[in-house]
Amino acid sequence: MSHAIRSEWIKLRSLRSTWYTLGCLFFVGLGITALSSNRSSDAYAQAGADWDPTRHSLTAYIVAQLILGVLGILIVTSEFATGLMRTTLTATPRRHRVLAAKVLVAAAVAVVAGQVLMFAAFLIGQPLLGRQGVPNAALGDPGVLRAVCAGGLYLALIALLAVGLGVLVRATAGALATLVGIVFLMPALAGLFPSWMRGLFDFWPTLGGSAALATVPDPDFPHPWWNLAGLCAGVLGVLAAAFAVLRQRDV
Amino acid sequence: MPMIDIRGVTKRYGSSVVVDDLSFTAEGGQVTGFLGPNGAGKTTTMRMIVGLAAPDRGSISVHGRRYADLPVPLTEVGALLDAGAVHGGRTAYQHLWALAASNGLPRRRVDAVLARTGLAAVAGKRAGGFSLGMRQRLGIAAALLGEPRILIFDEPVNGLDPEGIRWARELMRSLAAEGRAVLVSSHLMSEMAQTADHLVVVGRGRLVADTSVSELMRAAGGGTVLVRASDPGTLTRRLAEAGATVREGVESSLLVSGLTAADVGQLAARHGVVLSELTPQRASLEDAFMELTRDSVEYQGVVA
Repeated sequence: MSHAIRSEWIKLRSLRSTWYTLGCLFFVGLGITALSSNRSSDAYAQAGADWDPTRHSLTAYIVAQLILGVLGILIVTSEFATGLMRTTLTATPRRHRVLAAKVLVAAAVAVVAGQVLMFAAFLIGQPLLGRQGVPNAALGDPGVLRAVCAGGLYLALIALLAVGLGVLVRATAGALATLVGIVFLMPALAGLFPSWMRGLFDFWPTLGGSAALATVPDPDFPHPWWNLAGLCAGVLGVLAAAFAVLRQRDV
Repeated sequence: MPMIDIRGVTKRYGSSVVVDDLSFTAEGGQVTGFLGPNGAGKTTTMRMIVGLAAPDRGSISVHGRRYADLPVPLTEVGALLDAGAVHGGRTAYQHLWALAASNGLPRRRVDAVLARTGLAAVAGKRAGGFSLGMRQRLGIAAALLGEPRILIFDEPVNGLDPEGIRWARELMRSLAAEGRAVLVSSHLMSEMAQTADHLVVVGRGRLVADTSVSELMRAAGGGTVLVRASDPGTLTRRLAEAGATVREGVESSLLVSGLTAADVGQLAARHGVVLSELTPQRASLEDAFMELTRDSVEYQGVVA
């Protein structure tokens, strides 16, 4: 198993696209933080008593989840697209080891990159809010550290969801479209679904799943960690399906 | 014990049977040529040997074990199935290093196979810029990483230049001489004639022949005899009476099959026919192969 992890790590870091994607993550993520901080007085006026400076700085997670999702998808689909998967599975015919190694490497990279991004967004965003004369927060304030850590965890979960989708769909474009549908389209269309399906949205990404990124309680999601745990269970379900499918399918 | 043992293997994709009750073995110290026209099921069979596809029926063992049960597969079986199966963004070295790491092989093996395949100079170049011939060499390098006792090559000379083809041929011969079992697929009989000790011929997924090169030549009919005579009409009649089959050849020659050159000469002397030429024709391996697989060619072109 350690051999498979080492191999996946060599594969991931030897691709320029990995480093471009991570560079893009920080450029876009921190760019959004800076932009949203500079327009924060309007947002503050609108929010009033519900103003949550922490969540405002962490808004970058919305785009960051897509970029880390691309990374997670590519870890799998780049091998299917090039045919490298056949070489990989010939060298490691116990296929669950290959996928487990990919999951672990993706999780490690996403946790580190996602967490660093969330801390950077908070630490850059709060002084910018201060310069706008809007109330801001410090890491030591109640619930703040917890929310910033939840951001990193959330991003890692989305990266793992992407790995699972990559195995199930196999094509980069298809997997990415599915991920966009899950994190953007479903939440946008949430109001259209019958009420029995609304329970699902309690742990849906970008909806309940990301509720833990707030420090001001949201009446819709009173227990944000349960929502995040639900998202976790959902991602585990997708990964379980991915393991089952990879085991069965001819490559 | 045979190195590769394939028994009664059948593989279907939807309603089409790609491999049909196929059985054969490959032994150590030999190059086994795996021949058949395009679409005969060669690649599918090779993918089943290394566990990429599962047979619907039958069993395949390498060293008496299922491929998936091999503890360190690269040290037992090396396979080149698709030279394109490389991520173009990685260098040759990185590709091989990741592969070696997955089986716990030391990095010096990477340098060793790069040297053996003549890729040392381009080790740091991205595989995306490689020619088909260089990719073939990289695929062969990957197969040799673990110094396996079994080697499987799917169309390894595809895209190689004449110098590369000779190199690949000599490499396969030397691998077999080291006692390894080498299974090589091709749709070119002429290529196999110079490389293989043993031939397994398939057509439409079925076994057509499992034989040595020399036996196949003999079975292909020992050839025909080309005759030029002063009176072809009489000779044709006499030959037909003697049980031979006579066809008209080019420039008023006759192609006789079913009799040896000596028989034809005696017959002509007995009937007073003057011969100006009497030449035994060697059946080419290519002819023998075409003859064998004629009924099993999947995509037959129409000769206009």
